[in-house]
Amino acid sequence: MSITTSSKSHVAQHVQKIPRSGIRDFFDIVQSMSDVISLSIGEPDFVTPWHIREAAIYALERGKTGYTSNLGTPSLRKQISAYIAAKHKVVYDWQTEILVAVGVSEALDIALRAILNPGDEVLYHEPCYVSYSPSVTLAYGKPVAITTKQSDNFVLRADDIRKALTPKTRALMMNFPCNPTGAVMPREELEKIAQLCIEHDLIVLSDEIYCELSYSGALPSIIEIPGMKERTIYFNGFSKAYAMTGFRIGYVCAPPVLTEAMLRVHQYAMLCAPILSQEAAAEALKNGESAMLHMRDEYRRRRNFLVHHFNKMGLTCHEPQGAFYLFPNITSTALTSREFAVRLLEEKKVAMVPGDAFGTSGEGFVRCSYATAMDQLEVAVERIADFVKSR
Amino acid sequence: MQEILDILEQDALATPEKISQMVKLPVEEVRRRVRQLEEDKIIVGYKTIIDDDKADRKLVKALIEVKITPERDGGFNRLAARIAKYDEVKTCYLMSGGYDLLVIVEGTDLKQVATFVSEKLATINGVLSTATHFMLKAYKEQGTLYKLEQFEERLKVSP
Repeated sequence: MSITTSSKSHVAQHVQKIPRSGIRDFFDIVQSMSDVISLSIGEPDFVTPWHIREAAIYALERGKTGYTSNLGTPSLRKQISAYIAAKHKVVYDWQTEILVAVGVSEALDIALRAILNPGDEVLYHEPCYVSYSPSVTLAYGKPVAITTKQSDNFVLRADDIRKALTPKTRALMMNFPCNPTGAVMPREELEKIAQLCIEHDLIVLSDEIYCELSYSGALPSIIEIPGMKERTIYFNGFSKAYAMTGFRIGYVCAPPVLTEAMLRVHQYAMLCAPILSQEAAAEALKNGESAMLHMRDEYRRRRNFLVHHFNKMGLTCHEPQGAFYLFPNITSTALTSREFAVRLLEEKKVAMVPGDAFGTSGEGFVRCSYATAMDQLEVAVERIADFVKSR
Repeated sequence: MQEILDILEQDALATPEKISQMVKLPVEEVRRRVRQLEEDKIIVGYKTIIDDDKADRKLVKALIEVKITPERDGGFNRLAARIAKYDEVKTCYLMSGGYDLLVIVEGTDLKQVATFVSEKLATINGVLSTATHFMLKAYKEQGTLYKLEQFEERLKVSP
């Protein structure tokens, strides 16, 4: 028997359990059509600012083409340390508490693999980023979803976490500002969650990749709360704030013991992040703020524009305070998320991701990314309004 | 105000309705503020950026370095204003360094620009010398980069 005919038995059981991503299904349909306005893209529509691209070119010209330290270049780690100290008043030692990874995706993977024993439960909020549940499964953990609600602006509540706790709960994964809901966390709730995590000795994985894209001032991080730096793995990166998705640079900050544990996984699985991307990331932190603020202003205007139009057409939508996603409720059309997305695509050629791709609690919603130019958004809202009216 | 200016600077055609939705202000308020900006001459005018090559407009542009003699009471201002008044002059700056005024002149052909320089500009009392540089090609105009390379390969759907 060949491997192809008996493939099932050759695929590990825990991999078999992972469902195909709902986004990929939808991607296949969109890809087969032309003239589609896509509001289903999770990356900035801006090109990486020129000075950052230029830094990568300069590094290439100087022949910077080798490996770096497993942890990442010292200059980048020092800058990350300074950046977090300025932003959150929390100091991470660049030598022992910071690791540069290939995007936050890799960082999440090595963190889960570093901390979980088989069967450990990891709590996370849903709707959430598509990789959360599978990453936990791949690390032999058990993902446990906590539903957040539109009526509560998709905030994660300490009371709901408490209800999901079991003796096997090991960690809590959070992503605020949140993809796909755009939700942010109020400081009081973070404090309650921190208290709970200390009481129950949980590790917090806080994915703050969208933290710079906040439309209501600087956002609190759980690492700022006393006692939390010691039990938090903090994730951030360059993809969203500096429009650098293809550079694949993220980083993780954690107490030395956890950083060392993640380093063990990272050094054998990845060795190090690409040096050119690290050079570009260092330039982004050094001189990228004004370009980043300019992009953020632009996102905020688009958000205002879209929230206005979605609410006007009867797809209720809370005003997201961060990231570049809207998560409108489409139940008024009496369609499921998937029906809505597919018919809108077929009839009006506008693509939005069905909410159930972000967990079962995303049913009844679609994710609308506003990382698309304003003139496209204007056409898109007209088409969506037509579609909704015709229901 | 700053936000409205930012939007109009990028897109002079943005309607008050669209701006109002982008900045969360009532349409009437946006109209009032834009009018105020116009009255205060903060918004000086609205123009269109044209790719002259594509429009097949055979315009010749020259950048002219002008040395002038400052006057006892007015410094450079009176003479600069006099030069700036010519329709051919699109831009006029007072500069530090090796010359005094940087003048950008536009004409329909080389001869017209040359004539302007030799017969008008150079003969003005107080103008000591001119050095004319003709522009060959525009790569970026008023912050807008003419498309040199097009790269639109974002995936249509991504997580």
